[in-house]
Amino acid sequence: MEPGEIHALLGENGAGKSTLMNVLYGLLQPDEGEVLVDGRPLKAKGPGDAIAAGIGMVHQHFMLVPVFTVAENVMLGAEQVRGGILGVLDRRRARRQVTEVSTRYNLRVDPDAVVEDLPVGVQQRVEILKALTRDVDLLILDEPTAVLTPQETEELLGIMGSLKESGKSIVFITHKLKEVKAIADRITVIRRGRTVGTASPSASEDELAALMVGRTVNLTVQKAAAAPGDPVLEVEGLVIDDERSVRAVDGVDLTVRAGEVLGIAGVQGNGQTELIEALMGLRPVLHGTVSLAGQRIDGWPTKRVLRAGVGYVPEDRSVDGLVKEFSVAENLVLDVYDRPPFGSGLVLRPDAISASARERIPEFDVRTPSAEAAVGTLSGGNQQKVIIAREMSRPLKLFVAAQPTRGVDVGSIEFIHRRIIHERDIGTAVLLVSSELDEVIGLADRIAVMYRGRILGIVGPETPREEIGLLMAGITDATKTDGTQTGTAETGAAQAGTAETGAADGTAETGTAEGGAGSAATPDGPVTPAPDVAGSEETR
Amino acid sequence: MSTMTVEELAVTVRPGFWTRDRRVGAGAVLLGLVAAVLFGSLATGEDARFTLSEDAGGAALTIDGTVGAILFGMVAAAAGAALLAGLPKRWFVPLLGVAVVGVVLSFLCWQVSAAPTGQNFMPLVNIVRGTFILALPLIFGALAGVLCERSGVVNVAIEGQLLMGAFAGALVGTIAANVWVGLIAAALGGALISLLLAIFTIRYLVDQVVMGIVLNLFAVGLTGFLYERLMQPEAAKYNQPPRFEAWPIPVLSDIPVLGPALFRGNIFLYLALILVVVIHVALFRTRWGLRTRSVGEHPTAADTLGVKVLALRYRNVLLAGMVAGVGGASYTLALYTFSKNMIGGKGFIALAALIFGRWSPTGALLAALFFGFADQLGTYLGAIDSSIPSEFLAMLPYLATLLAVAGLVGKVRAPAADGKPYIKG
Repeated sequence: MEPGEIHALLGENGAGKSTLMNVLYGLLQPDEGEVLVDGRPLKAKGPGDAIAAGIGMVHQHFMLVPVFTVAENVMLGAEQVRGGILGVLDRRRARRQVTEVSTRYNLRVDPDAVVEDLPVGVQQRVEILKALTRDVDLLILDEPTAVLTPQETEELLGIMGSLKESGKSIVFITHKLKEVKAIADRITVIRRGRTVGTASPSASEDELAALMVGRTVNLTVQKAAAAPGDPVLEVEGLVIDDERSVRAVDGVDLTVRAGEVLGIAGVQGNGQTELIEALMGLRPVLHGTVSLAGQRIDGWPTKRVLRAGVGYVPEDRSVDGLVKEFSVAENLVLDVYDRPPFGSGLVLRPDAISASARERIPEFDVRTPSAEAAVGTLSGGNQQKVIIAREMSRPLKLFVAAQPTRGVDVGSIEFIHRRIIHERDIGTAVLLVSSELDEVIGLADRIAVMYRGRILGIVGPETPREEIGLLMAGITDATKTDGTQTGTAETGAAQAGTAETGAADGTAETGTAEGGAGSAATPDGPVTPAPDVAGSEETR
Repeated sequence: MSTMTVEELAVTVRPGFWTRDRRVGAGAVLLGLVAAVLFGSLATGEDARFTLSEDAGGAALTIDGTVGAILFGMVAAAAGAALLAGLPKRWFVPLLGVAVVGVVLSFLCWQVSAAPTGQNFMPLVNIVRGTFILALPLIFGALAGVLCERSGVVNVAIEGQLLMGAFAGALVGTIAANVWVGLIAAALGGALISLLLAIFTIRYLVDQVVMGIVLNLFAVGLTGFLYERLMQPEAAKYNQPPRFEAWPIPVLSDIPVLGPALFRGNIFLYLALILVVVIHVALFRTRWGLRTRSVGEHPTAADTLGVKVLALRYRNVLLAGMVAGVGGASYTLALYTFSKNMIGGKGFIALAALIFGRWSPTGALLAALFFGFADQLGTYLGAIDSSIPSEFLAMLPYLATLLAVAGLVGKVRAPAADGKPYIKG
């Protein structure tokens, strides 16, 4: 690494990128070999040593204490104190430090905001601030764009550029080729724990992908035009609350036809999870209806929904999709274990269960030592293929897939995408939810963009990414041209928002800055979590 | 143009009329009216006297029983009605307090006025002092819980820590014939239980709750065995602990009611109050506190910033044991000689006080006092031949805890990593 360089570390999930960086950062100890910093070997026994050597890291899963303020999070571990050994916190100095560093690098954050109230993009800014206040020369960013909207990603790339100009070096870990090409000075590709090559950013995406996977891959999904039939899934006016009784889905209408893929795009946490869970009978529906092939299914228990011909790939496979300690064969019949030929009365029929596993393992290309191996020992991609195999082995009317390729290697992604398209081509309606915009664009025949529990628009897959990106950030044509329109639509929510958080006036105008009818935008003001809709109301 | 302002995922909470405040308010109205009607009709026309001393003599606040019961019931109902009307958030706690106190006073007016003739008085000094004495082990125990759980280790072993402290204080105090030596031994005794808790849960990742229960049983068994084999046969040699005398504080001890009740106590009372303040300040104002809370909420984050998670947990768990150990000594070095299983479940009530007090030192203090008051009230009502069975009153604190934990009286949120062992990497 050289000073002022952005070095991209490219590799598939599980290639060893994060492990390597955790060693660098002192979280893991190397079995062999050493790390050199300025020519001297670094012996990082813990992150403290790494920080002292000028290395900072922004983790994939943010390392922020949700109930602490920004200032508290930034100073933790390097507290500003007075009063000698008593170590009384000097909050004023801590706050000043945050303000100073954040203005120096143009990372706008309110030091007194509580982290859990901040949007993901701002939380990431806090993470970067944390490293910068520790005067690091080398900043490691581990998959920083995974949770960001396209616009936030742009902004992050901008920040990285300005950090580079001020002489900081950055290691940028990712598997997204576009971003690498956009910002990196040098690219190192890692596969199965080895460096397999270096490339310059001028290399084409296909070349990089081939290097990453070890063979040529087909990045685009091959598919014929869809031949949509009758509506299979019809959702009308669906309203759902999350665990904390906060409205998660707020009046969603959707129709998915036989033989088409409807993709739901959106930044995570905009109600997609709740929507899917409600469809599957895992979460109560407050208002609205869900129909499957003309029959009301809302309020049905999950088992009945599954039996009615719905296949389901949950978004968190290790928690909701599999019983990790069970064997592959057992996991393959979790849905039908109580039905012949796998079970009757009180007994299971192990022969039938392993026989079916022997059939399905090759069919779905599950790489496992045996059908009896515990599913938890397989790689992410193979675990996901077990779920796909199970769900696609029933006759389906509707296939619901949430984040079907999250944490899955490129080879398995190809396979899973092909199976989904295959399912579509045999006349199943497919509902796909993914926070990877590329995946949605590649697979879907129609794309519904979800933002704050609503569908902001349904567009075709040929729509430019930027346009979808704007929708994902909640900006519609209506808000662009006429702020009052959304103001009216969202007044109800706005009042609730203001009542809850108290006066949001101070920051309200930043909320409308985007679409407000010519209201003075103050993009440089500190960002506090104010419900943006409160602003629209004010404009009215 | 900034785009970040619109992507905020701020939540919109359902407006709805029946907010938590309103539900609680409606409950208070109902309870206040029931108190006014029920207690008012049961109360006699006798005066209810609340004397500012330890007996029937001296100055007193006097009110007609029926009038008082109805009046205070109505006060509670009025506070509830104010909540129902939807006042700003900051009024919630004070109004709830008024409602609770109103119902309690209404109840007392009935009880005191209905007492046998000649006993229609309630000596406030006794009540306040008794409340604090009964609350003492709870305060120490709950503080031990705060220290542990804020750093992410569930402390079910409070009972064992109290018991071990009581035992060690009695034994060593007797042998050394010195209260201070006994006090130090008590702290170490509590720390011993903590050490076992720390080693097994932090180093060997044994489930923290299971380990806590095991340690409680271990403490009962060990002290019981030594009591029967050692203390009982030769009580004079091993179980005659010296006692801390009361230390009246000049000036303050002359304040009416509070003076004699609070400022003529022994070292344990003062220590408990000081510890509440010290731990509260330390937890929220110092580097140690910030790190403790970060380890209890998100240990991985703390680790990535160079905070030594396991060392900090060890230290806090040991400190907690010492605090609880001293709490145990508040029995044997001030009140009684040691006896088998003498803590008798107070450690678990302390755990409830910790939760009721929402893992904050001051909250724990208030919860402990509330439990202590209920306990003391039971004793008092027994003394005036009340028609209310004392078992019923003894049940009330737990009922209150249940309501609190169920989220009725505000959001109860444990430290996020409480009970979760931290494994590096």
